[in-house]
Order: sequence, then C-alpha cells, then structure tokens
Amino acid sequence: MFSRAYKTVVTLPPLLWVTVFLLLPYLLMFCYSFWSVSPQQVIVHSWNLENYKDLLRKAVYWQTLLRSMWIAARVMLFSLLLGYPLAYFLSFYGGKRKDLLYQMVIIPLWVSYLVRAYAWKTILGSDGVLNTLLQYVHLTKHPLDFLLYSPFAVVLTLTHIYTPFTILPIYAALEHIPRNLVEASHDLGATPAQTFWKVIFPLSIPGVVAGATFAFVLSLGDFLAPLLLGGPSGIMISNIVVSLFGAAYNWPLGAAISLGMLVIVVSLLFLSERLEKKWSFS
Amino acid sequence: MEFLVSGNADHTPHSGWLLLHAAAVFAFLYLPIAVLILYSFNGQGVGGFPPHHLTFDWYRILFNDGPIWDSVLNSLQVAFAAMAISLMLGIPAALALDRAQFPGKALFRRLVLLPLILPGIITGLSLSMLFHVISLRLSLMTIILGHGTALISVATTEVFAGLQKLDRAQEEASLDLGANYWQTFWRVTMPNLKLSIIGAALLIFTLSMDEIAVSFFLIGRDNTLPLEIWGRLRRGITPEINAVSTIIFVFSLVTIVVWYRLRMRAEGTADTRGPN
Repeated sequence: MFSRAYKTVVTLPPLLWVTVFLLLPYLLMFCYSFWSVSPQQVIVHSWNLENYKDLLRKAVYWQTLLRSMWIAARVMLFSLLLGYPLAYFLSFYGGKRKDLLYQMVIIPLWVSYLVRAYAWKTILGSDGVLNTLLQYVHLTKHPLDFLLYSPFAVVLTLTHIYTPFTILPIYAALEHIPRNLVEASHDLGATPAQTFWKVIFPLSIPGVVAGATFAFVLSLGDFLAPLLLGGPSGIMISNIVVSLFGAAYNWPLGAAISLGMLVIVVSLLFLSERLEKKWSFS
Repeated sequence: MEFLVSGNADHTPHSGWLLLHAAAVFAFLYLPIAVLILYSFNGQGVGGFPPHHLTFDWYRILFNDGPIWDSVLNSLQVAFAAMAISLMLGIPAALALDRAQFPGKALFRRLVLLPLILPGIITGLSLSMLFHVISLRLSLMTIILGHGTALISVATTEVFAGLQKLDRAQEEASLDLGANYWQTFWRVTMPNLKLSIIGAALLIFTLSMDEIAVSFFLIGRDNTLPLEIWGRLRRGITPEINAVSTIIFVFSLVTIVVWYRLRMRAEGTADTRGPN
C-alpha cells in the first residue's frame, strides 16, 4: 500500500546515517587492528598481524580477558539468582501492587550508573559506611580491607546495576505464560514444584536468556566500575583498551582487543537469539 | 507485609520465602540510593557511621559551584540534540523496518539495534577513530553525534513496537480517501504513535543525561555532568556529589511519575473506548 517513494524516503536517511556513523567506524576499527605504531609514536598503515600475535603471546591480555569473563559470569549468575525469584514473585504474587512493584524495579535505573558505583564506593571504603558500622556495633576492630578495591567490589556493584536488567525480561516472559496452563498442571495433579520446573520455568527461558545476555555482555565491557572500585586486582579488559588509547598510545593494539570483544559480544548475541527462538513457544 | 500478597487466592508454602527474597532484593537495590541521599546531609563527609551533624551545607556549596552547573547545561544541550537526532532517524528507521523491503535489511536492523547492547566503549572508540580520521575536533558536537547515533536504537525499538499496535485500516482509509502520504503520515500515523514517541523521547533524554562510556572517548574541552562528576571522583570525594545526584534523582522521579500518570490516563481513555 505504500509507494516506492515513501519507502525510499523512510529508508534512505537512517540507512545512510547508520552506514557513516556505525558501519564505517567498525570497519575503521577493523583496519586499525592490522596497523602498527612506529617508535616515533606515529601510526603506520602497514598491514600485518602483529597485534593479534601480541594478544596471544602476552599473557597479560588473555589473562585479563579471562578474568573479565569470569567477573561477567559471576555478575550474570548473581543477577539471575536475585532477579528470577523476584520476577516470579511479581508475576504470580504481585496482586494489586504489581504495577507499583514493577515501577520499583525500574526506579533504581534512574539513578546514574556512575553515581550508584560511587555510592558503593562510599559504602565499602575503609572508613566507609559499612566498615564504620561494623566497628560501631563492635563486630570488627579494624576496617575490612577486602571490601573495596577488589574483584568482589566490582562484582557486587555490577550485580547491583544489572539485576533490574535481568528482572525486566524474565518478568515479561512470565507474564506471557497463559495462566490456564498453570491451572491445568495443578488440576492434573502436579505438585507446585513440578508445575514450576515442568511448565513455568521452561516457558520463561527466553526471558532468562535475554537477561543473562544483558548482564554478561554489559559487564564484560565495563571499565568504569573497575577503575572506581576494582583496584589492581580488579582490572578488566576494557581498562587495558582505555590505557592503550590514552597514555600507552597504541591505538592499533587497542583496536585489536576491542575487535576481539566485538566478536565475542556478537557471537553471544547470535547464540542467545538461537536459544530464545528454540525455547519460545507458539 | 501481608498486603503484598492479599487479593491473591493462590497461596503456597513458598510465597513466604519469595516475599522475603523480594524484600531482600529491593533492600539491596535501594541501599546505595538511601545511603547516597542520607549522606548528602552529612556534615562529616561521605562515610562514617552513624551520620553526624546533619546540614544543608553541601547543597549550599553545590548551588555556588559554577563548573557543575555549566556541565548540567552542557548535558541538557547534548540530551536535547541527541533526542532530536535519534528521533528524526529512529522514526523513519522503524517505518522502514515495518513496511519496506530492501537488500541488507537484516543487517541494517542488527546494526541499528547493536548499540543497545554493545558495551559503550566499542561505540565510543570506533566513533573517536572516525572523527580522528576525518579531523573533526572533539567537542560537545561529537558527543551529540555519538549519543544521537547510539540512541537511534531506542527510538527505533519503541516506535516499532508502537507500529505493531497501530490500526492499519486507518492509514489505508486515509490513503483511499485521497490524502497523500505526507498528510497521512502527519495526521494518522504520527498521532497514533504519539505515546511511543514521547516514551522514546523521555528514555533517550535520560539515557543521554546519564551516558558516560561513549562520552568518555568523545569529550572535548566542555564536560557533561557525568564526566564532571567522574573528574571529581578521581580528585577526592565530598557529599557535594551526593547532593547533585540527589537533586537529579528527585527530578527524574517526578518526571517518571508525571509521565506514568499521563500514560495511564491515555491508556485508560483508550480502554473505555473499547468493546466493554
């Protein structure tokens, strides 16, 4: 029903914009990753695989990448463990307060990400709220120093930030489950546990996958929480990229690492799309 | 806490545990926000229990802090401009995805939506390389381009969702009755998408105000608010940061409540027009 001209007018501007400001930059990043830096700190456009060889040769890069993935995996796991039962509670026991409780999940997202990370820093620091509270009630005599500037602080903060992101898709998936399926399961004699594991949980998997992907991918690429709360042992892969683009001035190597991250992220997105399709009913 | 589960006949032995868990998760989500607000009134600094010498001093200092308010103005400029860019491109992008067929459509869809889930560092770095290569000096303008581009994803998803609920017959009727595409767009399509567009605009605005990862790589001399705060965090922290965050939180909360009320009212009237 729409003319060719209409379709061209709505397609062309966003298509051009996306090509120039998204596709072109990614391609440029791809090119950079094959270039190198001369001893005079000039970027040389000679195509080679040195940056990628560096990534494999130097333990610091792939160890940091593995550590980042381990941090991201823990954030994902904790967000799901915190988020799933809450989403389930909202969907099945929310009653009249459902809307209000749903809004209460979203409200923390309106406090800036940076500010929430900062708030955790003021809580976990050696003269922070938690340590002074523990000493105030005489539970400890000295400040606990593992709380801040550790992978623990990074995992805690990122879990706090990404838990709402896992709750929302899980809640949406649970809300889509026809309630008569649940009733049918009860009527046919299934115990509540059987109903949950055989009916409700399988139908909520697409939401779980979406939430898990969000939590994992976004924490994997984070560099602000580690800078603010991680200390030397909480450094993540993006922090290395940031320093390569700053003081260390090695854009090509930084581009190679970013591209590696991009490949990981895009493959995870494909994987999660597959999983969501496989488990979605109807 | 019984009120939470009232009105529901379906009690099981597990609902008590679920309620406890829910309360604990909410406590975890709100603890840092409560601490943030409480310590904005603490004369003794950002830590230390119990809080001492409650005072408005930090707010007084904040109101006389020129650089913070400059950065707030910068952030507002960036947010409005980014909102304009992403809506102007996101609305047609949603229309294109909904009703046009063209080669590379699947790739286009993925590309547009990618910044929604891609860590900001990749979007920020790749754009900074582009600006470097074309010798565009970093400034608020480059941040606007970055936010505008990344947030097309939000405009597109919201408007596309709105289009799925649109009554196609209205557009057809308009075209059959002799209105041209332009008139149909402005008089039928857009009014029907109003709620999606306002929702997208609000979301884009707040996301831009809060954005830091992309801005981090595109910043020139003028700071946005999150980058100004970031700079101060590295120099040593005072409750002034709690104070400015508290003000912004209260401001956003009021905005959401107003928006939520408006939407409920609009949806309420839409419902009463329905078959019942």
